[in-house]
Amino acid sequence: MMQAVAIPPFETFYEAHRSEVLGLLRRKLGRDRADDAFQETFLRALRAYDRLAHGEHLRAWVLTIASRVAIDTVRRSRPTVEPPELAHEDTRPAYEDLGELTDGLPPTERAAVVLRYGYDLTYDQIAAALGSNATAARQATSSGVRRLRARRAT
Amino acid sequence: MTVPADLDRRFRDSAARAGLLDAAFDVVDSPLGPLLVAASSHGLLRISFDADPEVELERLGRLAGPRVLRSPHAVDDVRRELDEYFERRRNVFDLALDLRGVTEFGVRVLGELALVPYGHTATYGELAARAGKPRAARAVGTIMNRNPVPIVLPCHRIVGATGALVGYGGGLERKELLLRLEGACI
Repeated sequence: MMQAVAIPPFETFYEAHRSEVLGLLRRKLGRDRADDAFQETFLRALRAYDRLAHGEHLRAWVLTIASRVAIDTVRRSRPTVEPPELAHEDTRPAYEDLGELTDGLPPTERAAVVLRYGYDLTYDQIAAALGSNATAARQATSSGVRRLRARRAT
Repeated sequence: MTVPADLDRRFRDSAARAGLLDAAFDVVDSPLGPLLVAASSHGLLRISFDADPEVELERLGRLAGPRVLRSPHAVDDVRRELDEYFERRRNVFDLALDLRGVTEFGVRVLGELALVPYGHTATYGELAARAGKPRAARAVGTIMNRNPVPIVLPCHRIVGATGALVGYGGGLERKELLLRLEGACI
């Protein structure tokens, strides 16, 4: 059986990767926020260090921890604004309304309208779904919408 | 990118304060040269005359666990008591010891060693007898040689049957220096 790569003393691991970790955090967070994130990264690594099964891929491991800490830091510092109270609660997803509304449209136009306004897809994504191109998807969507308007007017 | 010294120190301090280390170490200056000093949460683990961390860290990792980090404040007590000892302001160390890795007989011998007073010497044979095995002088010599915490456990006070210094893990010069510091008759 192959011997697993031994886990180096934490000091060796820390000395080998601290510069790169700090560089990554400064690029993602700026100098001020990087300091706290640096501490947090290596404290998290230290908490998990004695549970590692082997000493392989430690660089990738600590850079992954640093990336996660950066994401958490950004999330925490984003201003949290409560969404405004809605007048009446409507839990039905948009594509269900659209399903009924678009009943009777030609199939391609119906699919394009539902994908665009029900699922919020881009024209490229719609084209991929329908096996056509973005221009055709845009045209199908707008002619579907025109047809719906005309139907409503009558 | 160089990690600024204050950021580095902050991490090393908080790692020790959070109790996340298997062993914290630092290199301490002394009249015997730099000493590598390591402690766990149970007490002093190691004093090494070979202050180059490389070799000693691997050994500490195997002994205590992989979370070994240089963290100067974590060994402040040891540093302070060693300073006082070398300035002749301390005769007895008041430090908890972590003697894991030492055999049962070894612990008994080291316990007797701790009782050999400052400035006095005893022979390997005497120490063996005090530990209950009068004929184990040679084994006691090996235990002295592997003493994990020299100076604090005073293996420098143990001499040959003729009073000759015989040997010391840190080299005979250091043994002589310590005995002279303590004013022992050699």
